[in-house]
Amino acid sequence: MGVDIKQYIAKRCAQELTSGVVNLGIGIPTLVADYLPKGKVTLHSENGILGVGPEPDPNEFVVDPETIDLVNASGVQPITALPHASYFDSSLSFTIMRGGHLDATVIGALQVSETGDLASWAVPGKAVLGVGGAMDLVIGAKRVIAALSHLSPKGEPKILPECNYPLTAKNRVDTIVTEYAVFKFREGRMYLVEMVDELTLEQLKEMTPAHYEVAEDFKVVKREVEGEAVLV
Amino acid sequence: MMNGTIDQIQTGVEFLNADKAIQRIPEGASIMVGGFGFPGMPRHLSKALVRRTELDQLTLIMNSLGSVSTLNALFEQNRIKKVIGSFFSTNKELVVAYQEGKVEIDLLPQGTFTEAIRLGGAGIPAFFTPTAAGTVLAEGKETRIINGREHVLEQSLTADVAIIRAHKADKAGNLVYKKTAQNFNPAMATAAKLTIVEVDEIVEVGELDPDSIGTPFIFVDIVVKREEV
Repeated sequence: MGVDIKQYIAKRCAQELTSGVVNLGIGIPTLVADYLPKGKVTLHSENGILGVGPEPDPNEFVVDPETIDLVNASGVQPITALPHASYFDSSLSFTIMRGGHLDATVIGALQVSETGDLASWAVPGKAVLGVGGAMDLVIGAKRVIAALSHLSPKGEPKILPECNYPLTAKNRVDTIVTEYAVFKFREGRMYLVEMVDELTLEQLKEMTPAHYEVAEDFKVVKREVEGEAVLV
Repeated sequence: MMNGTIDQIQTGVEFLNADKAIQRIPEGASIMVGGFGFPGMPRHLSKALVRRTELDQLTLIMNSLGSVSTLNALFEQNRIKKVIGSFFSTNKELVVAYQEGKVEIDLLPQGTFTEAIRLGGAGIPAFFTPTAAGTVLAEGKETRIINGREHVLEQSLTADVAIIRAHKADKAGNLVYKKTAQNFNPAMATAAKLTIVEVDEIVEVGELDPDSIGTPFIFVDIVVKREEV
């Protein structure tokens, strides 16, 4: 997946976020921060900050593991805090997440099912040694936006009737954003709401074994990274 | 009404160096270790724990272990029997020890992990959470439908020892934290029989604003000032 595709997915995710408090997961979701409307969306990070600011200039900031005290959820990447920021411990941070206080999360995904199940943390047959905060994030956020490439590097579909990878949570995904399409779950059903003009509905269907309907408000867009996506 | 001057205040909190503090850890102990990545990680106490090589059969309760950790030596030296936490995928030494069957891993979602510690310290032995319902991490655990939603019964966590980090302590043992270096430290301080804290600075009683105190001295047993490197 080229950088431009990741940037496109990140930018398209950002269009879903106009206000409120959001937690961005690791991977493509991290890139979403660059496309958010300034001042309208506050970022939460599970290691204990509400009001995440930009990364400090790497030329002026040297990471000293002994003394660094402000990082993002990677645990090592330095960040800054915005003027309205607050710090807290992990218990309060997960009260924000699990307790249903986040307006949205953007999270990377390995697979999403047609019922909104998410698989994002483990691959079958491999030792499963890390889950982090993904399960709490997805169970609690008011909206779960899954950001993923439409196909795996081997060309396998990831949007499926059922996930065959271990689940992160059941029935929690609200929106799926890929480089080709946007799907939304409305009253338990999956709808195609947007597709890029580079392919046909039939071609998209071939890459997407999940059962979905084309929404009444379906639209076709040009995939552009610079500037706004354009309606055709 | 208690009377007395600042000089007369005694809380029983001890002030020791790292090696003397680590000497108090019993054989086969369960040890909570604070920190989320670099911030809040008690690096000096961890180094002292690595130095006390006769301590083994340990259980570590810590959120994560990064690719580079002071504690890696404990796995290389085969001193850990079990690890409880949420993210260990990136630590090669632990992954190898696990694959060789030398270490048992209890994986918990991070929010379940921190709440288990908070409630362990609060005297509540178990709790229901919606997190992990319907996933492999709920296998073998009791579940219950509450308010129409599936929940998983999780056991709270306590430990023999917590080694944590704070920014400052006063001479009574009250602690203040900084920024994202709080993370698991305040909860862990409440959940262990013996809490050892590493701080950047020790100040006189009265110098810390009572409103700013993150952990009151009642949860602290030993304070260690980080030594100049």
